[in-house]
Amino acid sequence: MHGGLEMSRKRNIAWYALFVLPLILVFTTVVIIPFIIGIGYSFIKWDGMPLNPKTFVGVDNYIRLFNDMKFLTSAGHTLLFTIISVLVINVLGLTFALIVTNKLKVRNAARTMLFMPYLIGGLILGYIWKFIFTDVFNSIGNLTGWHNVFFSWLLDPNYALAAMIIVTTWQMAGYIMIIYINGIQAMPEDIIEAAKVDGAGFWKTLLHIKFPLIMPSFTICLFLTLSNCFKIFDVNFSLTGGGPSNATEMMAMNIYNEIFSSGHYGYGQAKAIMFFIAVAIITLIQVSITKKKEVEM
Amino acid sequence: MKKAGKIFIELITVVLCLCYLFPIYIVFVNSFKNRKELYENMLALPKKFSFEYFEIAMGKMNFLRAFGNSLIVTVTSIAIIVILASMTAWMLVRTNNKLSKILFMVFVATMIIPFQTIMMPLMQVMGWVSDKVHIPMVDTLGGLIYMNVGFGASMAVFLYHGFVKSIPISLEEAATIDGCNKFKVFWKIVFPMLKPTTATVIILDVILIWNDYLLPRLVLSSKSLRTIPLSTASFFGQFTIEWNLAMAGLMLTIIPVIIFYLAAQKYIVKGVAAGAVKL
Repeated sequence: MHGGLEMSRKRNIAWYALFVLPLILVFTTVVIIPFIIGIGYSFIKWDGMPLNPKTFVGVDNYIRLFNDMKFLTSAGHTLLFTIISVLVINVLGLTFALIVTNKLKVRNAARTMLFMPYLIGGLILGYIWKFIFTDVFNSIGNLTGWHNVFFSWLLDPNYALAAMIIVTTWQMAGYIMIIYINGIQAMPEDIIEAAKVDGAGFWKTLLHIKFPLIMPSFTICLFLTLSNCFKIFDVNFSLTGGGPSNATEMMAMNIYNEIFSSGHYGYGQAKAIMFFIAVAIITLIQVSITKKKEVEM
Repeated sequence: MKKAGKIFIELITVVLCLCYLFPIYIVFVNSFKNRKELYENMLALPKKFSFEYFEIAMGKMNFLRAFGNSLIVTVTSIAIIVILASMTAWMLVRTNNKLSKILFMVFVATMIIPFQTIMMPLMQVMGWVSDKVHIPMVDTLGGLIYMNVGFGASMAVFLYHGFVKSIPISLEEAATIDGCNKFKVFWKIVFPMLKPTTATVIILDVILIWNDYLLPRLVLSSKSLRTIPLSTASFFGQFTIEWNLAMAGLMLTIIPVIIFYLAAQKYIVKGVAAGAVKL
């Protein structure tokens, strides 16, 4: 009797291992181990050459970070870019969602078209818009004479940052729209009808009935856009390449360049760890807000 | 009068949406033009639709090869992610002990780690595995697939975990009493029920893996292994860009995406929404 139980317990452990271990192995070698030794790398000085020495420098890399103007400006740009992009994407995405949930015949076609840019990768989008912001804008400027609007945007630091925001918005707005549509469609129809019967106008219904009801979607969208914009790389790489003169170099790209272009493996890794901490803080704040909201409801 | 107004609104909506897609129009019209025609007017339709530049761009980008590589990497990675993640998630839900809880928490917690934080040490680890263990991880499609599985694991486990919790255990118990082992129970009974989540995982990972640029760039260095984003980037990395050829190249990369979108639109929109709402 006891032996049988022992057998079946062993068999269960074997099944557990068979089902779980393969993925755990891959996951550990790809994510967990690199993450842990990455923390170690952030305390050394190394140029990436296998034969060259790795010198332990303690927290020097982290101290250096706070005096590194290039990194701090990059962080500043990333913050500015993220805040504006998140606002624009959400306003536009929500507007789209409100339009295509109206009883229009073309609403499905509209959704299809608005969502499409999201599927084309950031790298490709960046290249498409690079052509538009340089040659197409120049050409329109020549045709119309409006040279103060239509010139090579990517050559001017401020306009290049604006270009980044426009392209990111173009990519994300349709995606965010889909999530808002879900939220809007989950709204109980009768409440809105009741509000209309009671004489609430378009704006009143929107502000007092619809907005509170789509708050959960709003939290999701805010979080998604926040973390996506903060970690942006592909569009940055293909559209501006960080230029002109580093004016649009976002943090993800700054880290990449520090490690692989300048060969500062230890210092670049310290930046990467700080980047992780920043992302983690944003996420935790977001999660705690979401949790609070759930309690209230 | 009211009807006319409604048609007007419908029309405006369509026109605005078409304007929204004007960048794709720009790529399309200019991909048929020669250099001179392109610089004459970039907004106009081409004088004639010749596929000459598509052919040249195809050759320069080694497009068919890149397309094949992208296809192999995307399909294989996703197949493995679906198989391993669904098995893992099911076991973690059905074996209710501390270890399962910890493993699940680790999967979820690591979702917030940005790629930039682990890219360099990851390449060190994979270089070490290639040199010391003699499993070629660097500069092979297999290595890239392995890493894609590692990065895709968390989200897939998370999505499957949530779904498995919602399905009743009674069917599985009945099958066990009938003498099925766990392997059979999972593949015959559970996996078919997971279909909605499988669709979501596939859709989300197709978008992520097909368009991924940075990881393949770090892993692959051989020209012949380039995926579509890599060959596009190297095409644009040349010093003088011939924009008409570049547009033809971009059009080539967009066409498969549009076909995929139009073919699976319903699932894509559903999958993206479901994935986002659960995250």
